[in-house]
Amino acid sequence: MPRPGRAREPMPRKRDRGTTVPIEPEAGTEPLPIVAKGLTKRYGEVVAVDHLDLEIEPGEIFGLLGQNGAGKTTTILMLLGLTEPTSGWARVAGFDPARRPLQVKRRVGYLPDAVGFYGAMTGRQNLRYTARLNGLSRDDAEADIEAALGQVGMAARANDRVETYSRGMLQRLGIADALLKDPTVLILDEPTTAIDPLGVVEILELLRRLAHERRMAILLSSHLLSQVQSVCDRVGIFAAGRLIGVGTVEDLATRFGESEDLVEVGLELGRTTDRQAAAAPLVRLLGELADVRSVRPLDGMDGAVIVHAAPGAGAGVRAAILGLAASGTLPLTSVRQVVPSLDDIYRRALEVRGLAGHGEVAA
Amino acid sequence: MTAAAAGPAVTGHSGEPAARPASRLRPGWQVVAAKEFADHILSARFYVLLIILGIAALIPIYFAAERIRSLASGASGESAVFLALFTLSPQGIDLLRVTEFIGITAPLLGVAFSFDAVNGERHEGTLPRLLSQPIHRDDVINGKFLAGLGIIGLVLAAVVLVISGFGLFRLGIVPTDVDVARLAAWYLLTGLYVAMWLAFGMLLSVVIQRAATSALIGLGAWLFVAMPSPLPFGQLLVNIAGGVLAPASGNPDQILAAASTQQFLMRLLPSTLYREASITILNPLVTTASTPATLSQYIQAAQQLPTTQMSFDQSLLIIWPHIVVLLAITVVCFALAYVAFMRQEVRA
Repeated sequence: MPRPGRAREPMPRKRDRGTTVPIEPEAGTEPLPIVAKGLTKRYGEVVAVDHLDLEIEPGEIFGLLGQNGAGKTTTILMLLGLTEPTSGWARVAGFDPARRPLQVKRRVGYLPDAVGFYGAMTGRQNLRYTARLNGLSRDDAEADIEAALGQVGMAARANDRVETYSRGMLQRLGIADALLKDPTVLILDEPTTAIDPLGVVEILELLRRLAHERRMAILLSSHLLSQVQSVCDRVGIFAAGRLIGVGTVEDLATRFGESEDLVEVGLELGRTTDRQAAAAPLVRLLGELADVRSVRPLDGMDGAVIVHAAPGAGAGVRAAILGLAASGTLPLTSVRQVVPSLDDIYRRALEVRGLAGHGEVAA
Repeated sequence: MTAAAAGPAVTGHSGEPAARPASRLRPGWQVVAAKEFADHILSARFYVLLIILGIAALIPIYFAAERIRSLASGASGESAVFLALFTLSPQGIDLLRVTEFIGITAPLLGVAFSFDAVNGERHEGTLPRLLSQPIHRDDVINGKFLAGLGIIGLVLAAVVLVISGFGLFRLGIVPTDVDVARLAAWYLLTGLYVAMWLAFGMLLSVVIQRAATSALIGLGAWLFVAMPSPLPFGQLLVNIAGGVLAPASGNPDQILAAASTQQFLMRLLPSTLYREASITILNPLVTTASTPATLSQYIQAAQQLPTTQMSFDQSLLIIWPHIVVLLAITVVCFALAYVAFMRQEVRA
């Protein structure tokens, strides 16, 4: 039987969780925004989160990446004290979310996955309710609501009923809602889903500003890897309840990057009906170059192929390809070095950890 | 402590990034209750509540006035004429008695104001957001319960006052102190009965994921438990159950046993408890809450002089068990809802 969070903050129990970490921050120290050690959540036989270790610094944006069902939301709920860990512990702003949930919730702004608002109320009224629940005085609240609405670009629609909002607008309102309590830690579950591409840029820019100017620690979860890549200081790759890699995108690229240098080559194939037949001699030509291990056509892009070269031989192969083009034997349109994106890293990480089967779902 | 350095575009109270002082916080249940109360007042079900209880107020004004006048002229001062406004059934139709009418509709109102309390939040996706605010988890369910009770209690009080005012000004009946006390006791009893159904609706809203399903179950329970003589589903069930448990045959002992079994079964229904209690508390002439089951009991009841009146505390004593049982059912329903809600996962 799962045992989610209690309402009243329970008295510290005699039975300790095998740790001597205090459940409240010690006076005079500034605690890390988020620390988790061996955090585990089991639902019966299923292990949703498996011994998670995590540390997030003030002013840091941390991206928790993983496909649906990887345990991201469960982790977030444990950090908020909305569900009790089976074992292990966490400290958020220095407080134990399982035993001091109110202290944690006062300091953490949370945007839930698929956030909802009361449809019959306007956006502004919804935020007013949140402000009251956080004990803001009336005057404070109005100024804060106005500022939060402005930040997420919702000021113009704030007086419309929420049921007329689109999914993306709900998401923006949800971010405003999370900012209202002036949090020290911001936890965002899938903040950019359903927001249009231009909006995503704005939102990510806002997050970066909050982290850098106000030293807010931001934990965001996402399965849209390329969007998050640009904004996260560090990312953690999450699969089947385990954090299988933590670090900057560059770190992870070296750890989980391709073991070969990749070169994307665009070929001019002319107006023929059978492109494969037209490309075949050219592919053979590329395959005969030194250091080239294989040549594969790139899916969905006519006339583009990926040349897999030995590690470190990418530059030589590119020069050789340009040489062929100059001599007129290769109708070349483009040559490009392929830099591994977070998507590639993610896929590789899953392969390395033998979890590739799950990876199919994420794509 | 760097919040003061925030750029102009970034919100911020300068000063500590730490939480605001807890002393300024209103208790969470008050904020939740205030919001729910405001929601209820603007909702369609509030109009339904007004219409239904409005009809309850109109009954004595349109139907009972004539009979009350004749009754008042013939009665001695002590027989609680004022309370007859609430207990008279015009044209002998039971349903048109104020207590009966409210007894039937109160469960429906109670369930209507709570059947979607928690699963509605879940459906709208507001529950995780609400629970991530610095309030206790039980503040949500307590606040919602109190808001529902508050709004029904308010309208019910208005109805009682309208009927009383009508009695005072149009009919010139002045209530005695005891009348007022009896009326207040009946009001509290009705509030308890509504609270019981609110708690039941709350339990449904926690346990059942879909609001439509919990509404249907609430409606079904109301149909079987609270419907009176025109559509006595509850009575029917009791008769069948009684027939199985203690079949009545020619033997007088067996007939007696069957009757008392049936009365026992009827008393399992909260509607019976409420009906018996409200008649007893409003009518000083009622000296026993039970219906006469045997001939001797009936004769005994009939032989009592019409002037034998119960004092207020004696009436209260008769219905005390009823009140305790109603209270117990309320507490059990609410406790079940409470525990289920506390143990539930935030996303289910």
